[in-house]
Amino acid sequence: MDSLAAARHETRNYWILVAAGLLVTGIGLLAAHSMEVHGHAITGMDNSIVWGLPHVFAIFMIVAASGVLNVASIGSVFGQAAYKPRAPLSGLLCLALLAGGLMVLMLDLGRPERVIVAATHYNFRSVFAWNVILYSGMAAIIAVYLWTMFERRMNRWSKPAGIAALIWRFVLTTGTGSIFGFLVARQAYQSALLAPLFIVLSFGWGLAVFLLVQSTMYAWNGRELPESIRARLSRLLAVFVAASAYLVAVYHLTNLYYARQSEFAGFILFGRGGDALYAVLFWLGFVVLGSVLPLALLLAPRLRSARATIAAALAVIGGAFAFLYVFIIGGQAFPLEIFPGHAASSAFGDGQVARYAPRLPEWLLGIGGLGAAFLLTIVGVRVLDVMPHDDLAAGQG
Amino acid sequence: MSARPPGGGTPGKPQPAPESAARRAWLGVAAAGLAGVVLAPGIRLIEVAQAQSTGGSPGGGADPKVRWGLLIDTTRCASGCTECVDACNRENGLGTPSRSTDARWIRKVEIKEIRTGRTASLPVMCQHCASPPCVDVCPTGASFKRADGIVLVDRHTCIGCRYCMMACPYKARSFVHEPLTGQLPDVPRGKGCVESCTLCVHRIDRGEKTTACAQACTQAGHGAIVFGDLNDPASEISRRIREIQTTQLRADLRLDPGVRYHGI
Repeated sequence: MDSLAAARHETRNYWILVAAGLLVTGIGLLAAHSMEVHGHAITGMDNSIVWGLPHVFAIFMIVAASGVLNVASIGSVFGQAAYKPRAPLSGLLCLALLAGGLMVLMLDLGRPERVIVAATHYNFRSVFAWNVILYSGMAAIIAVYLWTMFERRMNRWSKPAGIAALIWRFVLTTGTGSIFGFLVARQAYQSALLAPLFIVLSFGWGLAVFLLVQSTMYAWNGRELPESIRARLSRLLAVFVAASAYLVAVYHLTNLYYARQSEFAGFILFGRGGDALYAVLFWLGFVVLGSVLPLALLLAPRLRSARATIAAALAVIGGAFAFLYVFIIGGQAFPLEIFPGHAASSAFGDGQVARYAPRLPEWLLGIGGLGAAFLLTIVGVRVLDVMPHDDLAAGQG
Repeated sequence: MSARPPGGGTPGKPQPAPESAARRAWLGVAAAGLAGVVLAPGIRLIEVAQAQSTGGSPGGGADPKVRWGLLIDTTRCASGCTECVDACNRENGLGTPSRSTDARWIRKVEIKEIRTGRTASLPVMCQHCASPPCVDVCPTGASFKRADGIVLVDRHTCIGCRYCMMACPYKARSFVHEPLTGQLPDVPRGKGCVESCTLCVHRIDRGEKTTACAQACTQAGHGAIVFGDLNDPASEISRRIREIQTTQLRADLRLDPGVRYHGI
């Protein structure tokens, strides 16, 4: 009777979570609908800040989708036993985040109903167009990868599928970084460093998401994550956070060093010439919250604990949003340098730092994408056997 | 084999009434008529399109021998004068832009050299680059360059991703942020698409030899904007560019813009 009651309780909880996911996703869809009806005029975006908060959410989810697969890669491709039982969850989260990110990206289009045109009319010179193939290919490869893991007869193909997924996601995140890296027009972008930077960022963001979901699943199932595994994953997250901070530092140092970039570096790092919000977000959001705090929580001997790992993962995700906000919106807010050596002014904001304040529909659409990723994860966890079994095996053995 | 009874019925089954055959014949005629009504305009449109694509200029498509461009003489451009901007807004039905979400295909920029304090006033619009970054980055190919050098947006395939606006070094493109009404027949525009200066392509395709901005500037007595064929050595624009020093905006990017500036 007890187990029956527990099953009923679990089923009820499942449907509550599904309903919550549906609600958040639905609100996001409603926000997108109102943007479709009224146009982007109801958002904070304008002709200076053309990519706003939805892009911050979308790019976070797409980059994290690539990084969350790291756990599976370390298990399947590099044969690390502790990671292997986590590969299915890693694959599922990758699919869910990718879907959430693409939903936001697609619904933020000026003409979302024309998204099929992106498949029927294809410009091979466009990095965006490459990404259309990279995203759909990623989803297909992960689906096959999950199949090879769940279908016993296909298990022997799991490693080749894992290798394919590993290579594909490197290319995918190179593509995401290159969306910006190939933009010659703006001071903030046009750097070959952006592709590897996004790959390293994806490692940290993806692992942070993985750790959060994993610990939540363990807590809901009344189980405890083995300490050795938690410690390993925590150390790995610390390595990724440090590597991300290093590459971001190099990116800003090159900007500080080049005379032609110094005005931009002064703006984005120190708030010179206009809105100081981006500098504050960079230092407090990315550096302190997203890098220093998680490193302390993960590495300081007196702080290390299961709670500290969760707090560190949350801080990394907070830092990720701060980084992307500064990178995407701050990068656009800095005025285009059309007349070097001149001060420019016009009725169209030439020479001025552009103002941007995200409005409700943007928040709701972005959060709706997170809701969709959450919903897919909840359903996937219920339908597929993605719960890591290593502690059970250890307990029985 | 038994002979089929009149009316095409099967032996042993009820015979159709004569009015049923008449109805069938009528339906056949109606279907043929309907097909004609539906298909004929399409066939007519194909004929028109083919005639236009093979015909000569004007109305015969872009001429690859031509490179349309502008020369902006900033020494003649008056600070505070917005004749070119107003003419563009009227010509293309853009209204009077007041907010940062409103479309601006051309804008007046006041510049001041930081070291010397030297000032200049000049219009900035799509520079109709020979190597346009907006065309490179457009995922659907909606941003395209015509054979005569004019860079346009195909409003049927633009999905409104705004990547071209990220890529343009001149802030020359606008996104339509709101539903539009009262568009002009010559200037297709719509919510959710990106747009920019078309170099008055509708005028050029009618065989006219000037843009609204250049015409207004000339009429206002400034003559600061010269429109013409950069490939024709005898054109006024080519002659002037040979004679006076001109610069391209963001020449370091080597996009080979079709708009040249004198006096900056």
